[in-house]
Amino acid sequence: MGMIVAAFGSGLVFGLGLVISGMTQPSKVLGFLDVFGNWDPTLLFVMAGALMLVTPGFALLKRRDASILGAALHWPSIRTIDRSLIGGAVLFGIGWGLVGLCPGPALANLEGLSPKIFGFVVAMAIGARAQDLLRRARGSRPQPA
Amino acid sequence: MASFDPFSAALGGLLIGAGVLSLMLFGGRIAGVSGIFADALEPQRSGWGWRMAFIIGLVGAPLLVASAGGNVPTPDMPSWAVVIAGGLLVGFGTRLASGCTSGHGVCGVARLSPRSLAATATFMVTAAVVVAVARHLLGGQ
Repeated sequence: MGMIVAAFGSGLVFGLGLVISGMTQPSKVLGFLDVFGNWDPTLLFVMAGALMLVTPGFALLKRRDASILGAALHWPSIRTIDRSLIGGAVLFGIGWGLVGLCPGPALANLEGLSPKIFGFVVAMAIGARAQDLLRRARGSRPQPA
Repeated sequence: MASFDPFSAALGGLLIGAGVLSLMLFGGRIAGVSGIFADALEPQRSGWGWRMAFIIGLVGAPLLVASAGGNVPTPDMPSWAVVIAGGLLVGFGTRLASGCTSGHGVCGVARLSPRSLAATATFMVTAAVVVAVARHLLGGQ
């Protein structure tokens, strides 16, 4: 139960940050990405604000063996820069540049009940599932000799 | 650009950072929204509850801002075709890359993970190129 409350609270604070910073508005994000136009530095300030807290915070948390609720700390362990990472980032970048929404703001915007936001989130779910199924199909295939 | 407000941008960023830190401090988890979302699509998976709770928190945030009298903008969205294509690409791409703006851009960059630095640089540059082509080469927007 503690984990549910912690996750809800974390999501709520994260979402408040997205709304207050203006990052739920796609035109603000596209304004940042439009480096040859009337550039909007908002996203840079948002990233800087978040990193100012998370960089020292994570460095301190790495010394802990477990979370306050006693859960294991799941730090990412994969280190390889491979084609999946770069290819995936390119595909994500294309989608992000087309619409101006990444997963966090897309979900936070569900509250507004806009059909196009629902359409975007459903498409995002289909895309993610397709990738999961593709990865599993490849993983279960016998490796060529 | 007219509405650029460095104070609310940095304050929002600090709040995002606080949400990220709190999920690790209390729950031991990285606040990568694309991963939390994709894993929450499998209800039989262990850890489904906290992932849904995080998403419900995200969705609830604009309600809280609105009820406190704050401004919650209505998102301006492109045509349906672009919305669907964009959603498919964001879902597929973030899953393939194991992260998005939060997991790689904030959590990974904060840890100075070479993987996350590479992914963040890649999706930022790609998105900027897409916007440059759409707005300045094709003049569509």
